[in-house]
This record gives sequence, C-alpha cells and structure tokens, in this order.
Amino acid sequence: MAKVLLDPISRIEGHLAIELDVQNGRVVDAKCKGDMYRGFENILLGRNPVDANQITQRICGVCPISHGLASSKCLDAAFGIKPNKNGRLLRNLVLAANYLQSHILHFYHLAALDFVDITAILGYKGRDPKLANLKDWARDELSRKKDRADAITAVAPFLPRYEGKDFYIKDQDLNIEAISGYVKALEIRMKAHKMVALFGGRAPHAIGLVPGGVTQVPTREKINEYRSLLEEVEEFVNDVYANHVIAVAKAFPEYFKLGKFNNFLAYGLMDKDEDQKDFLFERGAFYDGKVQKLDTGLIRENVAYARYQSGSNLHPYQGQTVANPNKPGAYTWLKAPRYNGKAMEVGPLARVAIAYLSGNQAVKSELDAILAIFKAEVPAAFSVLGRHASRVIECKLLAQHAYEMLDDLEKGGEPRSTYSIPESGEGEGLVEAPRGALGHWIVVKNRVIANYQAVVPTTWYCGPRDDSGVRGPVEEALIGTPISDVNNPIEAARVVRSFDPCIACAVHVMEGDRDISKFRVC
Amino acid sequence: MSLSRREFLKIMGGTSAALAFPGVVLQGCKKALERVSERTNVIWIQAQSCSGCSVSLLNKVAPDVAGVITEHISLNFHQTLMSGTGHVAVSVLEDAVKKNRKDFVLVVEGSIPTRDDLYCTIGEIDGRHVSAREWIEKLGQNAIAVVAVGTCATGGGIPGAEVRATGDNPTGAKSLASILPDRQIINIGGCPPHPDWIVGTLLHVLLKGVPKLDEQNRPVMYYGKTVHEQCEHLNEYKEGIFAKHWGDEGCLYNLGCLGMDSGCDIPTRKWNDGMNTCTACGAGCIGCTENVFPDYGKRGIFKHLTASAQEIKSLHPETREVVLKLRNGGAING
Repeated sequence: MAKVLLDPISRIEGHLAIELDVQNGRVVDAKCKGDMYRGFENILLGRNPVDANQITQRICGVCPISHGLASSKCLDAAFGIKPNKNGRLLRNLVLAANYLQSHILHFYHLAALDFVDITAILGYKGRDPKLANLKDWARDELSRKKDRADAITAVAPFLPRYEGKDFYIKDQDLNIEAISGYVKALEIRMKAHKMVALFGGRAPHAIGLVPGGVTQVPTREKINEYRSLLEEVEEFVNDVYANHVIAVAKAFPEYFKLGKFNNFLAYGLMDKDEDQKDFLFERGAFYDGKVQKLDTGLIRENVAYARYQSGSNLHPYQGQTVANPNKPGAYTWLKAPRYNGKAMEVGPLARVAIAYLSGNQAVKSELDAILAIFKAEVPAAFSVLGRHASRVIECKLLAQHAYEMLDDLEKGGEPRSTYSIPESGEGEGLVEAPRGALGHWIVVKNRVIANYQAVVPTTWYCGPRDDSGVRGPVEEALIGTPISDVNNPIEAARVVRSFDPCIACAVHVMEGDRDISKFRVC
Repeated sequence: MSLSRREFLKIMGGTSAALAFPGVVLQGCKKALERVSERTNVIWIQAQSCSGCSVSLLNKVAPDVAGVITEHISLNFHQTLMSGTGHVAVSVLEDAVKKNRKDFVLVVEGSIPTRDDLYCTIGEIDGRHVSAREWIEKLGQNAIAVVAVGTCATGGGIPGAEVRATGDNPTGAKSLASILPDRQIINIGGCPPHPDWIVGTLLHVLLKGVPKLDEQNRPVMYYGKTVHEQCEHLNEYKEGIFAKHWGDEGCLYNLGCLGMDSGCDIPTRKWNDGMNTCTACGAGCIGCTENVFPDYGKRGIFKHLTASAQEIKSLHPETREVVLKLRNGGAING
C-alpha cells in the first residue's frame, strides 16, 4: 500500500489537499482535505442583513455572483419579497455571464494542463504572432535561467509539472491548437466578465446585487453591449471550446470510466418565473435510480471528520460553526453535507443528469449528440469526461437562453423590487453556482443577522466522510483510479479537477509501510 | 516587447499621473522599457484569500495577462495558474527558501491567520503541514520588494473582520504588514483591486522603484483622491439631488455610499475595461479599498443602516430622516 499526498491541488480555487491509499496501482482509499478556514458564518452574526449580500461574495472570487445571488434570494425570503421581472432577468443575465467565464476558465486554464503538452510550443513552426511570441519566450526562459538559482522557474507558471511517459497528448497539431485555445480563452473569459459588469457593476465581486434584483437599470446601450459580447463568447463556445473538449475526450477515452459517482442534486438553474417553479435546468435529487422532488428539509451537515466541535447532523437553519483545529480524527475544514442521509454530487454533471432524466429535450439532444460520437450510453457521462462535456452543454444552452432574457427585459425599467428590513424573519436562498447547488440560510432577529449558514458546492463533493463513515463524492470517485506512478499521480489530479473544486486541497500517497515522511511526491 | 509608451502611461495612472510627474514618466519610459526585458520573478502566495484578486488580475487589458506573465514578470508560483500540483508545486517554494534566493518580488493575497497555523496551510514537507505564515516569513526576508494585494492582505479584510458578539476574530486573521513588521510593504487595497493597480504598481516597483505612497502605504497615483471627488454623481450631489432607491438618479449618499471616505480612481478608470463603476451602476461605494473594510467602527458596509444614535444625530436633517426610516424598518427603496 502506498500513501500519496497531493498538497496543494493547484489550478483550483483555494487550498485543497488529497491523500490517497494506493494498492496494486489503484486508489483504494482517499481523503479530501480542505486546508483553509476563515469563519465567514461567525463574522456575519450581528451585522445588518444587507451586508451579507456583499460579504458572502468574498467566500469565493471565482463565483462571487452565485454567493451574491444566494444571499439576495435568502434576504428576499426573509424580507418577504420577490424580485420584479427585470430583477430576476438581470440577476440571471449576470449569473449566465459568470457561468460562461467560469466554465471556459475551468477547462482551459485549470484542467487542460493535465492533458495538453505545453512544451509542444517549443516546436511551433507556424506564423501566428501570439504563438510565435510564446515560443520565443519559452526558449528564452530555458536558456536564460539554465544555470541560475531560479532554474526551477523556467517557463513558469507552466513548468514544472507532473512528468510521465504517456501523461500528455502526443499529437503536435492538437497540442498547438489547444495552446492557442488557452490564449484565446483568456480574452474570451475576460469578455464574459465584461458582461457581468454591465448589469452587476463589476466583476469579480459584483457591487450591484441587492435584495429584489440589481441596482443597474437595463438601458438600451447596456443591453446592446451585452448582446454583442455574448455573440462573440457564444461563437467561441460553439466553434472552439466544444471541439477541444471532444478532442481531449478522444485522446483520453478511458476517462469516461473514471471519476464516477451516481447520486446527483440540483436546485434548478435559471428560474423562469419569480416563484422559482420552472427552470432552464430542472431541480431535483437523483438517487436510488430515480429523480425525486427536491426537499431542502432533508439537508443535514455532518462534522464527525471536520474540524468543528459544534453539533453534527443539523439542518442549516440550526447550523453551528465552532472551529477546533486540533479535533482528534478530523482532517478537513469542510463539513459533510448529506441529502436524506446520502452523499450527493452537485455541479454541471448533476444539472445535466437531472435535466436529462427529467426529460429536458434540449439537454437530451446535446448530450445524446456527444455520446453518439463515442458510441456511448448515458452512464458513460457520469465520469470525468462527462463533467467536462456537461460544462460545454451548459454554456451552449445558457448563451441561447441569454438572448431570450435580453429580449424579455423592460428597457429602462426598474431593475428591482423594493424591500424593508423586518424585525425578524428567516429565509432560504437556492442558486445553482457554476460548481453546483448552493444554499444560503439566514435568520434575522432585531433587524440583524442571528444565524447565517452557507452550504456550498465544494462541501457537497469535497466534503469528508459523514458521521457513519461514508465517503464524500470526490473521495468515492477516486476509488479505483489507476495511479501509474505514485510520484506523479496525475490521474488522481484529473479526477479531482473534473469537479472544479473551489478550495485548495491536497492528496497524500503512502507506499507500503514506508513512512510518509520519507516519501516524496514530486 | 509589447508594452508601448502609451500603454505604460495608461497603467501608471493615465494622464493624471503623467501630469503629476511628467518629466520622470516620459524620460524614464525608454529605460524602463529596456529593463523590463529581464522578467522579474514574482512569487504569489494566496493565504486566506478567495482568489478574487487573482481573478481580477486576469481581467487585465493592455497589456493582457498573457503579456504580463511572458514579457514583464516571471510568475514563479501562483496556485491558481501553475501547472505543478502537490510536491511539484511546493518544490518551487522550497527551492527558493533553500537556495536563499533574493531575486523575486513577494506578492501576498489574502489575510494571514495567527491563532492557529492549521487555519491556512500550503503543502506538507516531511509530513508537516507548512502554514501560509511560515512561507511568508521565510520568503519575506529575502524578497526584493513585498506587495500586499487586496484588502485582506492590506488590512485583514473580511476574514479579519470582527465577530460582533465577542469583538474578536475567528482565526486571528492579520494583514501582511503585521506578519512582516520589519519590511516596507506596498499595499494595493481593494476587494478586489483593479488589475491596473496591481500590474501598474508592480511595474512601477520593477522599473522605477517604489511609487509615492499614502498613509496606508498605497500608491498615491491610484488611491490619492476620494471616489466622491471623481464621482459621476458629483454634480447631482452639488445640486442636492439624492437617490432614494437603488438605481435611481442622484447621489447615493443616503443609501450608504462610502465614496467620501474612500480613496480610489474607479469612477474614472472604471471596471472591466470601461464597462461600469460602483457608483454609476447605482450601488455606491462600499469602501473596499480602505484598511477598515468591512467594519468602519460598528457601522458595517452600508454605512447608515446600523449607525449609532450619536452618529444619526450628527447627520444632515434630510439624511437623518431617511436613515431613521430605514432603521425603524421602513423601506430602503421607498
């Protein structure tokens, strides 16, 4: 048995480590470790409820919009209001734009470097000035730093990396095309962020999200600007991003069989009415072989293996967060959320799976088209590659939906409904973040926050074992993953990154009875 | 070399900076552009951060982020962007410490927990969690310059905010300056900071030395004026037109805008390549560039909503009326 540690998991948001037990070349056990704690929920106590709208966005700088909207929605509920039509549409347009930037960023800048050989640029022979510059830069880095103290940083941040014989794509043209995609995607994701700022004020950390809607009036000029940026981003999604995901899948088809998980939870993406009844991607929970109606009363958070000494198996309304860094047996700062006692995967795959299984025709035709390329059946999608493909499907359908929402806006109309802060109240705010089901729960007393709990996507899938010792989704999905070289466990990194975690995480590998301290993972 | 004189001036603060020290900028420009060909190493540590500052950096235009990391700096370590995972990633930091490297600028994003090292760790060495604090202390000794990016690193920010019931902070989250008391720290406030502030300050340090700093050690060229004095709504303020609802015409003061108390150039520089500003979008300034963010005494972000009786008394009668209405549960939006 080998213990393998990946600490930190880079190219995700935040501090995550993963520890693996590897036997006969396969993962037999895994622990997912969140390595950072800030205490947001405690900091919110006693503050003006409206401050939560801004403060909670700082939980994550990659999807602050989702936190801002979950917070807005729980405040809506606690204040007893609903957004007006413009408010709902503008919130959704801001969210859709952030989906586009987040998914594009995830594939090209976070995940692709586990598949694409970045050193292919050294052999570039074409005339594209950006790629030629990149080649000159990489060569200059290697020669300039060769014998210097900083030699290890040559071609940083792209090198050093895990090295192995068959780790990266060998097709030179495909590598170059993907590197070109990496560069272009930097520009495109920035444009998607411009779309966020048009109606959200700025990105990241949108300033203009408020209970009842947003602060930005949808002027004709802003709507037109959003539309023209959307056209450019959509073209990239359809013509470039989609093709690159298929190309990676063709090069690594075994990842249709790896990183599998079969329970899914989704809160519903893009509400089509102010009562949150109808969605572009359905809400529901899939377990025991069927899609079931969502009941958030079934959510509990377990802390047996998390560094908290507060009560376990509580609903978020009763949730407690008392940190204890040195709690015996605990290995992470993440709690373990459970739905009806079960670990659930959330995120793009969960949304696509639940929509597909609920009979969503648009999602069905997109997923079927991708599966047909690989002559695969639906269960193949419940995998590493299924997650990457699901993000493409979402980007396509969200872009289409965004045009309809732009057309539905009342130009120049009020961007929000009105509210007042009540003496007391409580509310639940459910949003689908790019990374999955996100819920905020607030209790207001004496016009200030008496309790605030956020159950975030990453805790759903990167959470530890629950009170009964059952593994979290990423821990479970890692089981059976082949590790060809315990010193370079790239296969595990691919599985973990397919979930797009939003914390820094580390993976530990131990070899036989050898002490982990003598075992280097580099 | 893609950084033109025009671009250089733009990130250095645009025409206002050129007017502030015209000869220096224009004269120094050519030499500066030559020096830039030696890409200075940057080690970027994320402590208790949300990565928002890094995401903001990705929104850099002219030069864009690809230009920055291939032509102006060498981004040795950055957890969100680097290829290396696990020990491959950490080996870059280990190597810099072991070899006593002195050839890099240290950038820190996020506050640093001081109550327990386990509140934020980056990597394990020989079975021991290495804390963000330890990396920063070790690397901070040797760095050419030390830069705090974002309000978490400049003043503790939201992770360093006070728990109202106890008056303390959950993790003892501190600013970079309190971890490295003997080093001069250049603070780039903002939650998030504008990407021009980050890149412009770094380039200034690399090419022309430390820029002129204000009392919070922030570059005067970006933080020297209040939001209020550059605000799109300044004329409305002077005419006494005040918004009563989010998104209304008028000065946003009554809604809690902190533009009078906060320094930055967003009304003129604008967010996301000119798309919008905090005040133009009708939300108002939340004071995110200031070290006191998000606490402002006991007031919180939306200034008047939880103001004390004393503070309310001192307000202009018209403001007082609105604030009292809000505090008494009246509708903030009319």
